[in-house]
Amino acid sequence: MLFEVDRLTYRYERTNALNDLSLSIPEGSRVALLGANGSGKSTLLRLLDGLYFPETGRVTYRGEQLTEDNFANDEFAFAFRRQVGLVFQNPDSQLFNPTVFDEVAFSPLQMRWSKAEIRERVMETLDWLRISHLKDRAPQRLSGGEKKRVALASVLVLDPAVLLLDEPTAGLDPRSQGQLIDLLVQWGGGAKSVIIATHDLDDLRDTVDRCYVLDSGDLAAEGSPDDILCDRELLERTNLVHVHRHRHASGEFHSHPRLHA
Amino acid sequence: MTGHHHGRIRGGFIEHTIEGLHAAMDKALYAEHSASASGLLQRLDPRVKVAALAAFILVSAVTAKLWVVAAVLLLAMILAALSSISLWVLATRVWLTTLTLSGALALPAVFLTPGTVIYRVPGLDLAASAQGLRTAALLVLRAETAATLALLLVFTTPWTHVLKALRMFRVPVVFVVILGMTCRYILLMLETAHEMFESRKSRTVGALTRGEQRRIAILSTGALLSRTLQLSNDVYLAMQARGFRGEVFILDDFRMKGR
Repeated sequence: MLFEVDRLTYRYERTNALNDLSLSIPEGSRVALLGANGSGKSTLLRLLDGLYFPETGRVTYRGEQLTEDNFANDEFAFAFRRQVGLVFQNPDSQLFNPTVFDEVAFSPLQMRWSKAEIRERVMETLDWLRISHLKDRAPQRLSGGEKKRVALASVLVLDPAVLLLDEPTAGLDPRSQGQLIDLLVQWGGGAKSVIIATHDLDDLRDTVDRCYVLDSGDLAAEGSPDDILCDRELLERTNLVHVHRHRHASGEFHSHPRLHA
Repeated sequence: MTGHHHGRIRGGFIEHTIEGLHAAMDKALYAEHSASASGLLQRLDPRVKVAALAAFILVSAVTAKLWVVAAVLLLAMILAALSSISLWVLATRVWLTTLTLSGALALPAVFLTPGTVIYRVPGLDLAASAQGLRTAALLVLRAETAATLALLLVFTTPWTHVLKALRMFRVPVVFVVILGMTCRYILLMLETAHEMFESRKSRTVGALTRGEQRRIAILSTGALLSRTLQLSNDVYLAMQARGFRGEVFILDDFRMKGR
């Protein structure tokens, strides 16, 4: 099993972010963590990435428990960071280097790769994401879509086995959204594991094969994209769709969920 | 309804803040644009530039000859003209501020340095000496020269190249990285503050009382501080997520060539 989350509880100062949560994510799977804002999906991603540690319960990655003690060990920490990459929701928090090239080179440098290898891998990654023309650009001179691509490049450069994405399409125009989804579908020829935290239900069938629905820190449901998208009562209850009221040409009002699943 | 009420101020505190933030962003943008313009200094390798400008600063700092400092300042002005930096920008951004600061520091020297008296202040027991005037002039000219040369470097070199040139001069990696990140996030927070005040402006009708202005200033500062803390926490997590273990490594190789 890639990740196993067992009776996990995580609290911020006064609020419970995750309550007694258990789920398993198999190797090579593509998973969506669905939920409205504040449902706990971003917190779960950070727990899966060993950035936060649970108060009670446990998270294991390929059988190894993710604990602060384990991460204090360089060998474990480097091996984990090499294999698991997280793309943050706000690219500004991830783009802290002076140029795009430096940004993408950051992870390989921390992994102590040789400079020649770093230069080659960075250029390959920039080419693959079609952003090599931006390599000398400062992050503040990038558009929203370009920032997302650079943030993705800064993680993909290590060719991780697992990719964790927090709201990858949030704030992007439809064209950039489509391009990003295409890239994710192509990445690793479909053999890698991808875990996406999102409330965007479009393209779900194309990108993932399993969904977990979170609601105020609880696991509300799990199933295939078809199972979840067809359960209107669940989607409405967890605020993933809203009832859309509009007027037809005849003048009559009509209500239905916003998503035509 | 427009503000004619007692205690209300016209002209807008929010508008003034937005203007101030705009001006700060303009200055940052000016440096970026001028660094990519075509000019003599822009074509030089940043390391050569840093070394040459530092040498000029050193010469003007150690020499006791007024004409040498004046000559270096003149040279800096010629370099500015050859690098598409307007003297007006230098005058308003560098010379005036430096003159005020260094002038205030140098003024006592005019009266305290013993020597040939050239002027007595009527009614006061104060006399300006020729030697005092020379000392003060030297101090002010030195400050003006150093500030002009430093600004020339900033205005003609992309920020990223300044950082890499610093590494070449053995400035510690941690210092260079922190400097780079500070600059990056100051600009971001400037933009954030600008957006906050614009959104506040779009929801404000009429003039504000002094009390309301204070309230907005305090609330905005608090909100910005809270966002800054959140962001710095996220940046640290993002660094950890990408393998940061307390020691930073950067690519600091830089080939010597004209741009």
